[in-house]
Amino acid sequence: MMHKLSIAELSKGLKNKDFSSVELTQHYLDRIAVSELNSYITVTDELALSQAKDADLKIAKGKGTILTGIPYAHKDIFCTKGVKTSAGSKMLDSFISPYDATITEKFNNENMVMLGKTNMDEFAMGSSNENSFYGPVKNPWDQKRVPGGSSGGSAAAVAARIAPFATGTDTGGSIRQPASLCGITGIKPTYGRISRYGMIAYASSLDQAGPLTQSAEDAAIVLNSMSGFDDKDSTSATKETPDYTKNLGNSIKGLKIGLPREFFSEGLDSDVEKVIMQSISEFEAMGAKVHEVSLPNSAYAIPTYYIVALCECSSNLSRFDGVRYGYRCDDPKDLNDLYLRSRSEGFGDEVKRRIMIGTYALSAGYYDAYYLKAQKVRHLISEDFKKAFESVDVIMGPVSPTTAFEIGAVKDSVSMYLADIYTLSANLAGLPGMSIPAGFSNNLPVGLQLIGNHWSEEALLNVAHQFQLQTNWHSQLPVES
Amino acid sequence: MSLDNKQVKEIAYLARLSVDDSQLEQSTEELNNILNLMEELGEIETGDIEPMAHPLHMSQRLREDEVSEGDLSKEFQEIAPKTGKSHFLVPTVIE
Repeated sequence: MMHKLSIAELSKGLKNKDFSSVELTQHYLDRIAVSELNSYITVTDELALSQAKDADLKIAKGKGTILTGIPYAHKDIFCTKGVKTSAGSKMLDSFISPYDATITEKFNNENMVMLGKTNMDEFAMGSSNENSFYGPVKNPWDQKRVPGGSSGGSAAAVAARIAPFATGTDTGGSIRQPASLCGITGIKPTYGRISRYGMIAYASSLDQAGPLTQSAEDAAIVLNSMSGFDDKDSTSATKETPDYTKNLGNSIKGLKIGLPREFFSEGLDSDVEKVIMQSISEFEAMGAKVHEVSLPNSAYAIPTYYIVALCECSSNLSRFDGVRYGYRCDDPKDLNDLYLRSRSEGFGDEVKRRIMIGTYALSAGYYDAYYLKAQKVRHLISEDFKKAFESVDVIMGPVSPTTAFEIGAVKDSVSMYLADIYTLSANLAGLPGMSIPAGFSNNLPVGLQLIGNHWSEEALLNVAHQFQLQTNWHSQLPVES
Repeated sequence: MSLDNKQVKEIAYLARLSVDDSQLEQSTEELNNILNLMEELGEIETGDIEPMAHPLHMSQRLREDEVSEGDLSKEFQEIAPKTGKSHFLVPTVIE
């Protein structure tokens, strides 16, 4: 039953010698071996057991941190030296990273144990995990349904407790939406909080890493390890990192919650809305005050986000040319043929669509109409939040308009994009956002979204933790087959 | 505005991608659907609003131009599809 324990409890168990890291790791590897969710692309069992052995030695000497010896699942977008790093793409199916991402290095320094690399939408482009070269991931609450995306493998693994926690990245909701659809906790911190070095880029002005965990308390513990300035990432913030676990216990009496009326308009499933409003009542019972706020430009978040993200992706993904690493087509007849076929054969359909739109929007004569226009509207969206945070401490609302949908149910790109409506604006404004389990609709989890002002991760985690002390949605588990 | 099949072929080439003729019609339609969604931004007046390039309005941090990594050419060549002695190999460019 070790897999039912939180990080804090596991850490205590390791320290008290109730179990060793090797035993704990083997327990998770055994669970992974019988799982049918397709949540891992690569399981690194040998590496995990050797890391666990090192961790046990360290713990025996009374050394190490709260995370020493704790296993985790790493999204396959983070470079891991000597281990395949695919980003869910055929393009990188053969790519063994020659270096570690900063996050990987930080985890290694604490002697954490990597169980494997998790499945994801190709290059983090998707909201359902159906765009992976390695096939879709199944939602542990209903295996006919998607886990969300793009960090779908990470979310499913944590929800099924085949990893105590996992890493993710969030460009337009890719931590929060799968966390919501799988009934776990996920936080995307302020842009610049966690190093992007060695995290394969999708849209550089939006991408941000974060943890997917069983609870807000666990998220605080992991965020402590992930955060901080990194000289190797030119967009890394120099702002000091607080201890995110320190103020989890603070009372939230008098907390001012803002409900943006635009987040409760048409398109929101009425059962999801009911769950969200029940959780808001819970906060009121805890002494919080609810105010209505307005984010008038939030309807434009979808076109704005997709222009910015697709332009940036077309530039970022130009590096995959079949020359230095990754997929190369057979028998290229000349250099141009090598580029064309390597890229056409190596990328999946959605990635190609996004690169083409971005290429078009950035081409001569269209830059002002698309990218520049979107950057201006991005400013307006950001100003809406600035104004809202003058009167409230935290904004709350749904993460996703519906619960998890069936695999194959959403057939066209635009319908898929529209479902990202509530998560995109936090990325555009660079704000921290969180999803916490808030209840169920038809036995499927519903996530409540918390959006805070820049650098307010500590406050968000405190609010989420207080909610989790009063509710038990986060500790409910899917039935194991 | 919307794209026609010929423009889609041109854009694909700019991005060094190819679109199969059998899928061209469908690709054009899908791309036009996405562009239609983006065109909604035309509704907003954005005259002299400053474009936001960085979510925190930070400027690019610069560093001294110093070597920070050692010679990793061996590691990088090991993962390349095709290499020569100290270079990456591609089909002949100049005869």
